[in-house]
Amino acid sequence: MAIEVRIPTILRNYTGNAKVVEGSGDTLSELLSDLDSRHSGLRGRLVTEEGGLHRFVNVYVNDEDVRFLGALDTKLSDGDTVTILPAVAGGAFGFAAAAAILGNRL
Amino acid sequence: MTSGPQGKLYAVLTIDRAIVDAIFAHARRDHPDEACGVVAGPVGSDRPVRHIPMQNAARSMTFYEFDSMEYLKVWREMDDRDEEAVVIYHSHTATKAYPSRSDASIAGWPEAHYLLVSTRDPAVEEIRSFRIVDGAVTEEPVRIVDATVDPHAVQTYMFGQSPATVDYECSGR
Repeated sequence: MAIEVRIPTILRNYTGNAKVVEGSGDTLSELLSDLDSRHSGLRGRLVTEEGGLHRFVNVYVNDEDVRFLGALDTKLSDGDTVTILPAVAGGAFGFAAAAAILGNRL
Repeated sequence: MTSGPQGKLYAVLTIDRAIVDAIFAHARRDHPDEACGVVAGPVGSDRPVRHIPMQNAARSMTFYEFDSMEYLKVWREMDDRDEEAVVIYHSHTATKAYPSRSDASIAGWPEAHYLLVSTRDPAVEEIRSFRIVDGAVTEEPVRIVDATVDPHAVQTYMFGQSPATVDYECSGR
């Protein structure tokens, strides 16, 4: 089973500067653990200590945002492409307060 | 920091007047909500040439976030065109054009110029640019280039006269 994973520049220090790496897993969570076994530290940048996807990372399977597919439980198939993009966000008064008001999206 | 062909670190943002105008037009249109977007350019060129205003999925006066699907679409398109995000911009609508703590901590494209504009005063153009690497903010100058003024324009005039008409032929390059 081969899943292509596209890595943003900010995480390429974990992949020896590779823009694309391969991994396997039936779910996104399994895939990230698989990647972490070869690219140590990568999973920790994407998954929080509480075990959820980081609020400011976007992960897509093919053309869909995994937030709508089950987040870390998103099912994966052979040949899927997973794309990771760091969220582009910010603003004048800070996100923490806003997130608390609106509730976490995940 | 972007490295150029000789490994130089770019410490200034050079950007066309027309694109600055388009960014302000976008920010004023969305005011008082924050506006956000990208200016793409050829990979490694450090030239922001293609303005892409984007949605603020947060639609807020105090924060912004790229819509996740538009973000994917724009990034794939840039990839197809051998472009990268040279500038990532957003507006502050009641405060100065300086990165907030969120701006600094969330910034995830260390090669990009983070451009901030403020629309707090409709009569003033506040525009500042920053590099944000590992949460550390460094301001850089903004060099606005006016491409409509062509320093290489040459005009030659040829005058032709006949008894009844006067012909003027101006050729400009």
